[in-house]
Amino acid sequence: MPMLEVKGLNVHYGAIHALHGIDIAVEQGQIVTLIGCNGAGKSTTLRTISGLIRPSAGQILFEGKPISGMPAHQIVRLGLAQSPEGRGIFANLTVAENLDMGAFARSDKAQIAKDREHALTLFPRVRERLKQNAGTLSGGEQQMLAMARALMARPRLLLLDEPSLGLAPQIVQTIFKIIREINRDGTTILLVEQNAHMALEVAHHAYVLEVGRIVMADDAKKLAASDEVRKAYLGIG
Amino acid sequence: MPTLIEQARSNKPAAASILPRAIWPLLVGLAIGALMFYVIGPGMGDYPSKIVLIAGINIILAVSLTVVNGFTGQFSMGHAGFMAVGGYVAATITYYGSMKLFGSADPAGGVLSFTGGADKPTALARWGDALFIGSCLMGGVGAAIAGYIVGLPSLRLRGDYLAIVTLGFGEIVRVLLQGTHEQIQPWRVEDALAKPVYELAISLGGPKGFQLLPTYTTLFWVYLFVVVTLIICYRVKNSSTGRAFLSIREDEIAAQAMGVDITKYKVRAFVLAAFFAGVAGGLYAMDIGAINAGDLGFLKSFDIIIMVVLGGMGSISGAALAAIILTILPELLRNPPPVWPVGLVLIALIAGVSSYRKRFRWKPIIVIAIASTLLEVGRQIALSKGINVADFRLILYALLLITMMLVRPQGIFGIHEIWEILPGYARREAARNGARGGSQGGKP
Repeated sequence: MPMLEVKGLNVHYGAIHALHGIDIAVEQGQIVTLIGCNGAGKSTTLRTISGLIRPSAGQILFEGKPISGMPAHQIVRLGLAQSPEGRGIFANLTVAENLDMGAFARSDKAQIAKDREHALTLFPRVRERLKQNAGTLSGGEQQMLAMARALMARPRLLLLDEPSLGLAPQIVQTIFKIIREINRDGTTILLVEQNAHMALEVAHHAYVLEVGRIVMADDAKKLAASDEVRKAYLGIG
Repeated sequence: MPTLIEQARSNKPAAASILPRAIWPLLVGLAIGALMFYVIGPGMGDYPSKIVLIAGINIILAVSLTVVNGFTGQFSMGHAGFMAVGGYVAATITYYGSMKLFGSADPAGGVLSFTGGADKPTALARWGDALFIGSCLMGGVGAAIAGYIVGLPSLRLRGDYLAIVTLGFGEIVRVLLQGTHEQIQPWRVEDALAKPVYELAISLGGPKGFQLLPTYTTLFWVYLFVVVTLIICYRVKNSSTGRAFLSIREDEIAAQAMGVDITKYKVRAFVLAAFFAGVAGGLYAMDIGAINAGDLGFLKSFDIIIMVVLGGMGSISGAALAAIILTILPELLRNPPPVWPVGLVLIALIAGVSSYRKRFRWKPIIVIAIASTLLEVGRQIALSKGINVADFRLILYALLLITMMLVRPQGIFGIHEIWEILPGYARREAARNGARGGSQGGKP
């Protein structure tokens, strides 16, 4: 049984039909990516899974348990954390306080302290900035903070929404290296990306979204080699 | 492996260690209240101590509104409405309660008493102050219930829409209270005794206001509640509930993604703020000896908002300081004292310090000199023409706010407390965290 299963997901924004029956399966221990251009519905899919948007039809199963329509704050407690698009850090709180907020749904102090150490080992740049207001960080540091904060919820499934958004190529490389490390430590990851090149490189499995529909789904290596994806998303050939 | 709940239970501190933490704010409150009542109040004389008392009530109002408008970032414009609910509940219980229990609506002294009250019609009347303080707490509870009822449906709204709903709430409260029946006058105790309780509860004086209430409020009670309010709000700010409030202010979506039930926490903020506003309403009613819903409309709400904005949205000490300034300022304006000596002292200070540091600064000196001169000229004109400057205080408020928004839009202290912006705070804080050791201290 896959860890996360999305079946026939439909989402409407008022009269606009944003998602037309999306089917996704995320196997435990994998990195799965959703790629596609602007407005394809990638972020909408992610936000629906994490409970920020209510689906109009369809089913979402997390470890076999239906979670569609459940409020976001309860979904976090099940072990499914999200690093929102545009990072969504708490600008007027310090970096340390931001990390504490990541563990808001937990009360096991000893384990929180350990997870915090682990997150700070993964993101040494965040450790350097602990006392600063989060709003004073650079874009890359903010992204790292958002990911470290999501890890503080000790998720079994981590949802990452466009971690490369607006970052310099070198920082993007670092971020993706860390995504791999997080996955190696045992966290399953669902990654939404416009940077198809990087996403297909780290992912095990990939889905291609076009205007609210899944048009291709395959092993990430095979997709990266396919002519259509190379032409449309990787700009090769 | 133990479940999360078991782990949480093992983290719960023992009752013995909670008790002192729970009690010392109360002791500090009692001490400060007694100090205000026995030493500072009599030392200042009647009129100034009345101003200090009103300043205390305003501190409670401003600090409690900071929980909603400052911490949680929700713009409430109905704080006076909660104050009115609390004030009327407290006034009803004290006034009709006195009639039922003591057979008279006069203040009764005795145990817990600071009001004197020489002749006691019954032995029960020795508990007059206890009745008063209990009714103030009930006023707080009544206001908190109102906060919950308003909160549930309306806190799903955001920004301007919420502001409009809270504004509407304040006006509804005002209109409802002004529509109540004629009050039963204090000399008709038998009528009050004959009537059932629910009928008394709607005989609140209507548009004339609820009058001739026993005046129990003293500096002691006000400053006891000021201290308790300040400490509770400060503790809330640094608790996990407070973090949830702050995270909602910063980014609602991200707060949800962290597992914060944003509607629940917004309602909590409203209920907490409404409780203190209700207590303040009770203190206010039994200070003046009357409460009139007409005085507690949106203008009063705006007064409180101005204190919060001026102090800094999110700063408890800032709101308290602004409440003090904005209470004393209009009184000073009644008969404005010359400010140029203060200006001279400031100029001397700045000149001294800046030349000592070898970075002489002309700009603040010129600004202060011009401001002192203008203020003195204005004062002389007002004196010679017999103008009461206090009549223009709303214009002055507006000018003050406009200047504030231009020069320092985040308020006096922004989202920080007074001690956080003092020099050396960051250093001391780092030392404290270093001593606690481990995960808090970052390695460079």
